[in-house]
Amino acid sequence: MLPEIGQFALALALALALVQGVVPLAGAARHHVAWMSSARYAAFAQFLMVAIAYGCLTAAFINNDFSVQYVAGNSNTLLPLYYRITAVWGGHEGSLLLWVLMLAGWGVAVATFSRNLPLDMAARVLGVLGLVSVGFLSFMIFTSNPFVRLFPAPVEGYDLNPMLQDPGMIYHPPLLYMGYVGFSVAFAFAIAALLSGRLDAAWARWSRPWTTIAWVSLTCGIGLGSWWAYYELGWGGWWFWDPVENASFMPWLTGTALIHSLAVTEKRGTFRNWTVMLAIITFGLTLLGAFLVRSGVITSVHAFATDPERGVFILAFFAVTIGLSLALYAWRAPQVGLGGRFAAWSRETMLLLNNILLVIAAAVVLLGTIYPLAMDALGAGKISVGPPYFDSVFAPLMLPLAALIAIGPLVRWKQDQPVRTWQRTRLAVIAAAAAGAVWPLFYANWSPLVSLGLFVALWIVLAIGLELQERTRFAPTALASLKPAYLGMHVAHLGLALLMIGVAMVKGYEVEKDVRLSPGETVEVAGYAFTFRGTIPQRGPNYMADRGTVEVARGGTPVTTLYPEKRTYASKRGMPMTKASLDRGVLRDLYASLGDPLDKGAWVIRIYYKPYISWLWAGCILMALGGLLAASDRRYRVAVPGKQAAGAMALGRT
Amino acid sequence: MTPRQRRLMFLAGGLAALGIATALVLNAFEDNLVFYFTPSELQAGKAPANRSVRIGGLVEAGSVQRDPASTLVRFRVTDTAVSLPVAYEGILPDLFREGQGVVAEGRLGADGVFQARQVLAKHDENYKPAEVTEALHRANPTASAAAPR
Repeated sequence: MLPEIGQFALALALALALVQGVVPLAGAARHHVAWMSSARYAAFAQFLMVAIAYGCLTAAFINNDFSVQYVAGNSNTLLPLYYRITAVWGGHEGSLLLWVLMLAGWGVAVATFSRNLPLDMAARVLGVLGLVSVGFLSFMIFTSNPFVRLFPAPVEGYDLNPMLQDPGMIYHPPLLYMGYVGFSVAFAFAIAALLSGRLDAAWARWSRPWTTIAWVSLTCGIGLGSWWAYYELGWGGWWFWDPVENASFMPWLTGTALIHSLAVTEKRGTFRNWTVMLAIITFGLTLLGAFLVRSGVITSVHAFATDPERGVFILAFFAVTIGLSLALYAWRAPQVGLGGRFAAWSRETMLLLNNILLVIAAAVVLLGTIYPLAMDALGAGKISVGPPYFDSVFAPLMLPLAALIAIGPLVRWKQDQPVRTWQRTRLAVIAAAAAGAVWPLFYANWSPLVSLGLFVALWIVLAIGLELQERTRFAPTALASLKPAYLGMHVAHLGLALLMIGVAMVKGYEVEKDVRLSPGETVEVAGYAFTFRGTIPQRGPNYMADRGTVEVARGGTPVTTLYPEKRTYASKRGMPMTKASLDRGVLRDLYASLGDPLDKGAWVIRIYYKPYISWLWAGCILMALGGLLAASDRRYRVAVPGKQAAGAMALGRT
Repeated sequence: MTPRQRRLMFLAGGLAALGIATALVLNAFEDNLVFYFTPSELQAGKAPANRSVRIGGLVEAGSVQRDPASTLVRFRVTDTAVSLPVAYEGILPDLFREGQGVVAEGRLGADGVFQARQVLAKHDENYKPAEVTEALHRANPTASAAAPR
């Protein structure tokens, strides 16, 4: 019964989304107040329906209702309760339902916090969100219904993929989807602005906190995914340039550009067309990501089972949405003025360069991700683009970007002198260059690239330190009086600096070794002695495991003991699964995982030494915190009626 | 310098930078393209020499041999027409099994043994890499539908 209620709720949600997509937009066009006001109610009602559907699917998982095909395919009676709840998004259909739930949730958030927005603006934003919902809800109902029944119902489920039976599964997908879907809000604001012709500073101010929160979620989602892959997959890598990682990384890059370009639009009224374009591109890239993951065109850890019909649907949705948006853009954008002028050396120029670099970076990733698919589709043979391509192209793009982060905040809006900027930052440059050159000397061999990476990262840190010193002398009261938006910027930039230090050190000095070890044998990696003590069999709730013991010592003194496992899951998949064991530290991680058993108790064992790898995730956390701080700034919540009216007038509404 | 000249200079500088960047990107791209071949094509000498390539097929049943003293593994990858010897040093993926699909990246040595640098197996029981399906199909267009998973 419950699955049918869920099914019915989904159909109702689609109808409500249609109402939300059509009525308010028509109302805004015809200045019909009641029609415009309906947007909020439709958004709430749609969310309620999707939440009911989501609850029904979750109940089916909790009750082990294997008559529902999706439950039978992704759960099992032996699966612990919390994984049964998270298994809802363990496959294509359920994760799409989560996606739609998030989208409806963003709609409710906009409806709740848009009280100080003009009614027509709120109606248009919610209307566009409704239309996006229509797209995803029809995709789910017509190609990937999670409530399809199975008859006769199997006694036992097929089980959740063992790789997904991990706490990472609880946080990674919801946060990632929050981010992905959040950019629909930025997109909705952009389209609403184009429709109304009100493309001004006020619009940018309304749009900024939403965009920032979406960016924060995406940052957390990607960071968590990387952290999960690092310990879960037993490969010890943190980024693989896998097409699906790229699918989330591309909107992150353009989303980062969008945040910065929105800042210019809000402060100076410049870059308006470009900002709208970025919002459209970012949303387009999230749709492209959905296509890559859900159409089965790629070979990846993340890819769901193949179904060409789904691919065609998303591609059509993508073409229609982006086609219409670009047509609207082409029609409306020329009427938008250019905004304030600025000199060649100014904050605007710095942010323009930031945008150019980020968009080029996204384009480079797009080329590497799409090219093999395009060649395959054209029948030109199967090819793949290796990680070395991305690595070799990314470093030359990211180093100047980092230098811009150090300089940018020091340069004045509108006009400044390079000499003045140099005077403000020369101390930081010299100190960072010296420290960057010396730091790698503590490691195996001095490498210019690592040194360069450390130099720009330290430059950012020191530049922020000098700036805060100048402004506050680090007095607590002065620090507390800084605006959250300003502080948030520095915290996020500091996060990126930490991340860069982590990347430079890991890339430069990590040691990876696959060795054959018999019980009692020792191998030395980066000054640490790893001694294998053999394996013993162990039983888990729904798996059997060989649990190895690896003792680690340095200079004769014990450091830690690692317990890597090789698991075989009891459900009928009988799938082996490597569980790595880590000793985490601020300056290094030690990592051991079991490969294959050999004769006489010997195993192939993979041992890693990863310097500074935790800085990567610390950096992600700081970036997210910075974003949260920035979004919490009071000025986003206070309406400035006089300014809005002036802005709208200046633009010359059509 | 007039503003017009300055603007032209900026434009020229920007275009030059863009040109150089594009050249660098495409160069890196070209160097890192990995082409895909079936064991039959590789044996027929169709693959470029001195370049990393990918092969796909099934791990031949009974062909996996481990070196007892090191991490070396030898096995054969077949597209049902030709079976190619492969050597790999390191840890095989969890789902590497005889009779199952596999994709290997590496070079064909002068001795006719494919030296794999990386071995990829499917991540899920239900899932067969597209390359493997393709290899079976190219070798045997009629029977591929019935080929074992």
